[in-house]
Amino acid sequence: MSATQANPRAGASLLKSLLNAWSWLFLILILAFFETYAQIETGNTFLFRVFNLQSIAVAASQILLLALGLTLVVVAGHIDLSIAFSTGFAAVVMALVVRWAGPEAGWLVVFAAMFVGLLAAILVGIVNGWLVAHLDVPSFIGTLGTYGIARGAALIVAGGATVSIRSTEARAIGNGDILGFPVPVVVAGALALICHYILAHTRFGVHTYALGANRAAVERAGVDVKRHLMLLFIISAVTAGIGGLIYTSRFSAGAANAGEPILLYAVAAVFIGGASLTGGQGTISGTVIGAFIIAVIQFGLVFSGLPPYWQFVAVGLVIIVAVLVDQSKGRITGGSG
Amino acid sequence: MSALLTATGLNKRFGGNEAVKNVSFDVHPGECVVLAGDNGAGKSTVIKMISGVYQPTAGQVSFNGTDITGKTAEAVRSAGIETIYQDLALADNLDPGLNLYLGREKTKKVLGLPVLDRKAMREDAVEVLKGLGIVVPDASASVREMSGGQRQAIAIARAIHWQAKLVIMDEPTAALGVPEQREVMALIERLKAKGVGIILISHNLPDIFAAADRIVVLARGVIAGNTRPEDTNDEEIVRMMMGATL
Repeated sequence: MSATQANPRAGASLLKSLLNAWSWLFLILILAFFETYAQIETGNTFLFRVFNLQSIAVAASQILLLALGLTLVVVAGHIDLSIAFSTGFAAVVMALVVRWAGPEAGWLVVFAAMFVGLLAAILVGIVNGWLVAHLDVPSFIGTLGTYGIARGAALIVAGGATVSIRSTEARAIGNGDILGFPVPVVVAGALALICHYILAHTRFGVHTYALGANRAAVERAGVDVKRHLMLLFIISAVTAGIGGLIYTSRFSAGAANAGEPILLYAVAAVFIGGASLTGGQGTISGTVIGAFIIAVIQFGLVFSGLPPYWQFVAVGLVIIVAVLVDQSKGRITGGSG
Repeated sequence: MSALLTATGLNKRFGGNEAVKNVSFDVHPGECVVLAGDNGAGKSTVIKMISGVYQPTAGQVSFNGTDITGKTAEAVRSAGIETIYQDLALADNLDPGLNLYLGREKTKKVLGLPVLDRKAMREDAVEVLKGLGIVVPDASASVREMSGGQRQAIAIARAIHWQAKLVIMDEPTAALGVPEQREVMALIERLKAKGVGIILISHNLPDIFAAADRIVVLARGVIAGNTRPEDTNDEEIVRMMMGATL
């Protein structure tokens, strides 16, 4: 019995691990593609140039800051669209505080401004959590509502304009580096490690996966599901808010729409990384690869001189491929029992 | 031997409708009592009054000598009565170990941080399942990839791992194929051997006769019969289910 069953089982699991690794393979494939293109067209290397790698890593970090917290929310079977403007709200509020304190503000004020900006984002997260956990509003609709509210709030406090600042400290944070790594990359990397720890190695993480599969089971196991959902939306707002703080620091300006163009990429990174709309699956490492795939496409297309609008087409196609792969995974390995 | 659970004169009224009238029965340690009856006979209402989901309108439930009438579902569970629902309350995407410990996960310290001890939980799950005579081929696979019988075993393992003295099972074989139904029946035998009392809800006659030490038949909210399987037959049980009293 074991001999006849072992072979198809082994075959299926090999296929399954290939499908799980597809995002890795895909990342390597597009890197190889752009490298070949660069060698043929310009005779130069694409991949082995520090400037290119840094640009890709910074672009991936921007996406990641929105996508990390979102990954946890999606694993629990929900979605958070408001992150686009949790980012913008935090960016604007931080810029306003720095501007109010004047150009001689110093480190303490910049950190205080960041703290206040983060609180603004957390406020959005609390409203999301309250809507979804306590009022049972579907997260897609609830966070679409707060998407609009946070957008309006950010534009109102900013007076409808970009809030520019002059602060050497903020610029040092946004454009400096630590041991050769740009600060945004270090921040995103540290947050990725923290989120990975939470999702993969803590009881909170297991409950997040279980919530995505069977909410009733988690409730019967005695977990406070409402509190859990509240925390998930706050975590999502925090990582997106930190994205806003990095934005203001990098560009010396807080813009209400700082996160808007990144929302699609963040959602894409999460799903390319193996998460599913129905919840219960997804990993931080997958999301990190997803963010890098998008960043490579973005930067590679610009590098190869195509009109930048092609990146939207390319990223859209990759999202569809990711969903198709997810579905075929279910078809190949599911249906047992 | 004194009874593990005694239900006395249970009554449940929903508005003007009396769903359950004057239901009394005992469950002894290691005994399987089958609650049989047609749809709407009041089986679910009776077990919900025992498990704390419903408050009885009248009557009393005592467990291990203490009165648990009207206690919350949580309190009833910690007293040692575990209910296994048809959906089994499993998280399909997790392995048996994490399902066994769901809500009470084991952790260990790594660099001062608490980290899930997946290996220890998995080993415990394999151990508890082995005690139920079930061997899972791959204990690190998610529960989704396991058979109906294995999944049932994991739900039962969770109940007994947390020291349940009485297990209530709601139609455990309803969604299973024939070999898996046999597995579940074997599980019930092993639970009985461990001295666990069982209330089994079923309207499947072969199951009823295979598992029961006593058969309590409900019809339209009242007890239509309370008998031992060796003292009765299919035909009589069906007659009682239809509402003909003894």
